[in-house]
Amino acid sequence: MKTNRKVGIVGWGAYVPKWRIRSEELARGWGREWKRYAAGIMVEEKSVPGLDEDTFTIAYEASVNALKRARIDPSKIRAVYVGTESKPYAVKTTATMLVEALGAGGPRRLTTGADYEFACKAGTEAVQSVIGLVGSGMIDYGLAVGADTAQGAPGDALEYTASAGGAAYILGPASESVAVIESSISYVTDTPDFWRRQHEHYPAHTRAFTGEPAYFRHIISAAKELMSFMGTKPEDYDYAIFHQPNGKYPLRVGTRLGFTPDKIKPGLITPFIGNTYAGSALIGLTAVLDQAKPGQRILVVSFGSGAGSDAFHIEVRDGIDALQSLAPRTMDYISRRGYIDYAIYARYRRMITMMHDFSGY
Amino acid sequence: MWAYWVSVPSHWREVPARYRLEGGLCRKCGHTMLPKEEVCPSCGSRDIEVKQLPRRGKVANYSVIWNAPRGYEYYTPYIVALVRLEDGTMILSQLTDISPSEVSEGMEVEMVLRKVRVSGESGIIAYSYKFRPLMRSD
Repeated sequence: MKTNRKVGIVGWGAYVPKWRIRSEELARGWGREWKRYAAGIMVEEKSVPGLDEDTFTIAYEASVNALKRARIDPSKIRAVYVGTESKPYAVKTTATMLVEALGAGGPRRLTTGADYEFACKAGTEAVQSVIGLVGSGMIDYGLAVGADTAQGAPGDALEYTASAGGAAYILGPASESVAVIESSISYVTDTPDFWRRQHEHYPAHTRAFTGEPAYFRHIISAAKELMSFMGTKPEDYDYAIFHQPNGKYPLRVGTRLGFTPDKIKPGLITPFIGNTYAGSALIGLTAVLDQAKPGQRILVVSFGSGAGSDAFHIEVRDGIDALQSLAPRTMDYISRRGYIDYAIYARYRRMITMMHDFSGY
Repeated sequence: MWAYWVSVPSHWREVPARYRLEGGLCRKCGHTMLPKEEVCPSCGSRDIEVKQLPRRGKVANYSVIWNAPRGYEYYTPYIVALVRLEDGTMILSQLTDISPSEVSEGMEVEMVLRKVRVSGESGIIAYSYKFRPLMRSD
C-alpha cells in the first residue's frame, strides 16, 4: 500500500522496565532445568514491570522519548493510538490518558484516540492507521504506540518469554522525516493459534500450531508480498526485523526468506528482554533506528496471533544521526536492569495476595 | 463501594498536576507550588498563574514507608521524598525503581508517570508523578 502523501518517522522512542528475571530462575521456580529449554526458546532473561507500572506508564515514557526526538509541539499531534493486549482498563481508553499526559491535540485536546487490539501486532496496526491519516492529509502528525505487560500463566512455556515494554512512533510528512515508510502491507486470516477469553487472566495457545500455520505463514506471506510490490530482494535491505516471540523464530523466518543473521541481529531484542508482545517488533525497530545511517533500508514484519502480519519498507534519510542521542536509546533501557527472584516476580506480577490489602487486585 | 475508594472527581481535578507537573507561580512573590493553589501559601496573594514545573530535581530528604496507610500496603517498602526541582520548587513525591538501601540525600532524580493507587478490581487507577534516579545527565 502506498499513500497519496509520503509518510515517515519523525520521532521514535522505547521503554523497558528496569526489573529482570533470568530464565534459569523461572525454571527453578518449577523444578525444571533451564538447559533443556534454552536452545528452543533463546531468551536468557526477560523484563518484568514494577508494581507501579502498566501499559499506560510504559506507553507514556516511550512517547516522551519519541517527542524528544521529534522536537514538535505535542499540540500538533492529532491521532494517538495504543496497540496492546494488556489494557489497564477493559473499558476506558489508554489513549485518552496518554493524550492528557502528553498534551496532545493542544489545550482543547482536538485529537482522535483509541486502543487497538490485535495480539502482538496491535502496535503495527496503530502505525498503519496513522500512516493512513497522515498520508491522506487529514492530519500532519500522529502517535502510534505498541506496549504491553504480557501475561504468561505460571508454569506455562510463555512464562519464559512474556515480558513488558513498548515503543512509540510519531509519524508525519516524509519531508520532515528521518525514515520514510515507502510502502506497507497487511495480511490477516482467521487462524486461532493464541487467544484470551473475556475475564481470563492468561492466554491460551496451541503450542506447535502457533509456528508454521501462524507465525511463519503470515510473516513469510506479508514479507514476500511487500518485496514483490516494491521489486526488492533480501539483499536490498540492511536490516530485517521480525516479530520476536522468542529468540529462535525471527532467525528461522529470516533465513527462510533469504536474510542473513547479521541483518536480523541488530533488531533482535527478545533474547535480552523477552517478548513485549505489541512492543516486540516495534522495539526491534527502535533499536535499529538508534544506530541506522542515512540511505539504509529496513524491512519490518510484525505478527499478531489470531492472526496477521504488517510489513513495512522503510528508508533512512539524512538527519537521523542528530536525533539518535536526543533521548535514551533502546540499549540504555536494556542495560539498566535489576534482577529479581521468583518470589519477588510472583509479587510483582500479583500472583500472590496479602491478607490485608486494600490496594486492589 | 470499592469502585469509588479513590475519589474520582478529586483525581480528575488533579490530572494536570499529577500527569504533567503543572503547578502554580505566584505573580506577587514568585513562590512556586504543586498543585496550583487558589491562594499563595507564601504571601496570601490570589494572583497565581499556571507554571510548567521542571521534571528534574534532587532528593532533599526522604522517609522509607514500612507501615503503609490503607491502599498502599502492597507497595511496601516504598520511599516518600521531598524533591527540590531544578527551579527550587519543593514537592512531595514517591520515589520508584529504587530500593531503600540505594537512596540518598542529594540524589539526582527525574519525573516518571506511575500508578500510585488502585481502588480494588473495579475502581479507577490513580496515576501520578513519581521520581526515579536520573538515567542521563544531559
